[in-house]
Amino acid sequence: MTRATREAYRDSLLPLLRRHPELICLDSDTGLFNAEYAATAGDQYLNLGIAEQNLMGVAAGMAACGRIPFVNTMAAFATSRALEAIKIDIAYNKLPVRIMATHGGLAAGHLGPTHQALEDLAVMRVLPGMTVVVPADAAATEAFVEQSLNLAGPLYVRLGRKPTPALPAAPPPVIGKAQTLRQGGDVVLASCGPYPVLACLAAADVLAGQGIEATVLNMHTLRPFDTETLVTAARPASLVVTLEEHWRSGGLGGAVAETLAEAAPTRVLRLGMPDRFVDEVGNQEHLVAHYDLTAEQVVRAVRTALDTEARSGRTDRRELIS
Amino acid sequence: MTVTRIRERETLQAVAARIRSHVVDMCAGPEGGHLGGAFSSADILAALYSSVLMVDPQRPDDPDRDRFLLSKGHAAVGLYATLAEHGFFPVEELAGYGRPGSRLMGHPVRAVPGVELPTGSLGHGLALGCGFALAARYAGRDARTFVLLGDGELQEGSVWEAAIAAASLRLDRLVAVVDRNGLQLTGATEGIAPMEPLADRWRSFGWAVRDVDGHDPDRLADHLNAAPWEPGKPSVLIARTVKGQGLPFLAGRSASHYVTLSPRNHARAARALQAMEATG
Repeated sequence: MTRATREAYRDSLLPLLRRHPELICLDSDTGLFNAEYAATAGDQYLNLGIAEQNLMGVAAGMAACGRIPFVNTMAAFATSRALEAIKIDIAYNKLPVRIMATHGGLAAGHLGPTHQALEDLAVMRVLPGMTVVVPADAAATEAFVEQSLNLAGPLYVRLGRKPTPALPAAPPPVIGKAQTLRQGGDVVLASCGPYPVLACLAAADVLAGQGIEATVLNMHTLRPFDTETLVTAARPASLVVTLEEHWRSGGLGGAVAETLAEAAPTRVLRLGMPDRFVDEVGNQEHLVAHYDLTAEQVVRAVRTALDTEARSGRTDRRELIS
Repeated sequence: MTVTRIRERETLQAVAARIRSHVVDMCAGPEGGHLGGAFSSADILAALYSSVLMVDPQRPDDPDRDRFLLSKGHAAVGLYATLAEHGFFPVEELAGYGRPGSRLMGHPVRAVPGVELPTGSLGHGLALGCGFALAARYAGRDARTFVLLGDGELQEGSVWEAAIAAASLRLDRLVAVVDRNGLQLTGATEGIAPMEPLADRWRSFGWAVRDVDGHDPDRLADHLNAAPWEPGKPSVLIARTVKGQGLPFLAGRSASHYVTLSPRNHARAARALQAMEATG
């Protein structure tokens, strides 16, 4: 079953608005709420126009007066254009603004680099007090929107645009807690977002057929980062591979590498978007395949790393431990 | 709640003079301060806090209060002096301005009683003010929101994003004041980025506009108390001011923007303020 995470957000917010009068949805003309949805939300929905800095400032002002604003914008505009308003007005004041950022990663597809957000996670996860989540499917989106009611500070949610596949059965998604989708002692595959998580699951199947057992982590929360689950999974493994719809610097791969370098030094391979702007035309699925954010690349990366290790005669960490 | 007429027997001019006097003392500290813009704002701040704002220094978080934002946050020394003079914290605390251990940072911070939100990066206050005004409307409160903008600050595009929103949302409990001192860090605003006719600009954005002398606190208070001036429209008071007003050796000069007063100039400034007070 496929469903767009941004639509899951919208559909889960509407009943919450009714139950919680302090919630308000502020839009920047993203079109996510058409006239019918806007009418359903009533005066708890306001389209403030195409002005993202103002959007964040108004949201911060309202939040300082006790409201809980959900702001709709595209990830690229939220985290690049309106970054200072998020930093100073929202994060600095620890205000409970929920930044609902659509078109995350490559989800803008053929709309190109002006609308793609391949830096948003790096930017958001350095802000003190900011919670940063990337739901991998509609169910996780609904869960995170609901859980946000219990969150005191600001929240950044990276959403998609078009329908994306649902994850297979997984532990319930909880903000701040990585989901272990599969367990294996040889390597760890860590990812976030719909296509990368599915690619890692598929890669784990292939690797298992080759005698390599992988733990697959859906690290949907980049901040606060679930160090414990990552370190526990990485300890027996000789390799951690990350995969994300994000430039290779600063995103999930960065968070994993920083964490393991300090807590459990392990070889980390960061797979993600190459260090350049997208110059290929196509939808999200096409771009994901074109830039090789795929199970095949994960398998290749694991095989190459392990083969190199074997050839160089490096002792298996597990032997060292035992 | 009542207006904080702490010094009812004092004239607003006297309140403004005390604000300037504190600013001079703070700018004689080790870090100096944004003296020029604090001086041009002093009469506006005196009018707001002594005659206009419904705020209670004993209960600075009262949900029904009027709210004030110093969007030109670099004039923090002026705001701190004003808040202290109106009882939000002890006047003695001003001596710690900019020094380790003090809460009085170079730009307003929330740790200081009476400061609603931190400002300093220009172009943030009016959007925040829209949020305040909107929240008050949703809560069914009559409270008004006042935002003091610098004229150089108007070069920030985000100000105009918020100006559009305020008019579009018909936020007539929102009042902006532009401290039109005509100078920014390196020179005349009109030379760097002309804004005149400024009143027309605001009017064309859907605001009710008044263009007045920014150093007549009684008149300023009258105008501010009368807002909204046109139903359904936010109000902007363009206050014509002089940067560094009151200090002959700095008034009207860009050099007054950021000043660390030497002991000699500190004494000169204090004398000039006394003379100004004596002549009323």
